[in-house]
Amino acid sequence: MAKIIVVTSGKGGVGKTTTSAAFASALAMKGHKTVVIDFDVGLRNLDLVMGCERRVVYDFVNLIQGESSLSQTLIRDKKLENLYVLPASQTRDKDALTIEGVERVLNDLAETFDFIVCDSPAGIEHGAQMALYFAEEAIIVTNPEVSSVRDSDRIIGILQSKSRMAAEGKSVKEHLLLTRYNPARVERGEMLSVQDVEEILAIPLLGVIPESEAVLKASNQGVPVVHYAESDAGQAYEDAVARYLGENRPHRFLEKQKKGFLKRVFGG
Amino acid sequence: MSLLDMFRKEEKTSASVAKERLRVLVAHDRLRNNGPDYLPQLERDILAVIRKYVEVGDDDVSVQLETQGQTSILELNVTLPDD
Repeated sequence: MAKIIVVTSGKGGVGKTTTSAAFASALAMKGHKTVVIDFDVGLRNLDLVMGCERRVVYDFVNLIQGESSLSQTLIRDKKLENLYVLPASQTRDKDALTIEGVERVLNDLAETFDFIVCDSPAGIEHGAQMALYFAEEAIIVTNPEVSSVRDSDRIIGILQSKSRMAAEGKSVKEHLLLTRYNPARVERGEMLSVQDVEEILAIPLLGVIPESEAVLKASNQGVPVVHYAESDAGQAYEDAVARYLGENRPHRFLEKQKKGFLKRVFGG
Repeated sequence: MSLLDMFRKEEKTSASVAKERLRVLVAHDRLRNNGPDYLPQLERDILAVIRKYVEVGDDDVSVQLETQGQTSILELNVTLPDD
């Protein structure tokens, strides 16, 4: 039975697609058959971050409308053989996604996959609601910044009231993923700390991803950042997924990196 | 910390200002968005009734809805003018 996970945030630009790509890749690396779906109809980007943009033939809307089959539409990841991407449509309207259509596709996918990762569009409108409706678990991507925290709280409210789990009297399991964290600025009192955000949102912390140059480098090259095993962000995502799967790993990258003597003298 | 900093008046960091603002905002948003739809109208109606008898400002009435397990508590606070 597949587990359906939505990656959502309310606010745009906080790292939903980066997270979806990294999370799905790490799940696949750990041996789980995973599919990641782009729900951002009209503004698809997951294919770029996954590096499969030139292999898109059919898309999610084609699949919903019966214009293509699952095997024609799913794109196999270039690095991981048990990872597939379901791209969004670039030309259609967001309303092309319907509850019934999405449900049918998710049911088909659930037959063969262990994890279904839904990359939500920004906002709280139709597309975002479609992405979260069937989710059993949610990864709330948040930046340590006022508008992002506020929007995360809003989306948590929607998960608790407008998801299928809520309709069935159950609750979506929520996980906080704090991204673009800068420990040095937190230390100087210029940025909300992990504890501050946890206190306000009151949901369990899954991981903290440090602000990292590796993230842009990864998206430039169309390679999910977990493949950069030496990078701080790559390791932080790997940790988060391991934790998600039940491993007990301490949080890292919460402290400012101490510069060595040579770095202090020569910079870098 | 430099010697000069020690003489500087202690200021709130911008992060603590952010946290305080969020705390207030999120509590307010939660009531607005997750509370029942009739809540804002109820607040206006209650205010109108009270105004028939005493002069109160918009900020003198606050309506809070708290949910504790199976029970919801509607809390109404009216600050009456002292005369």
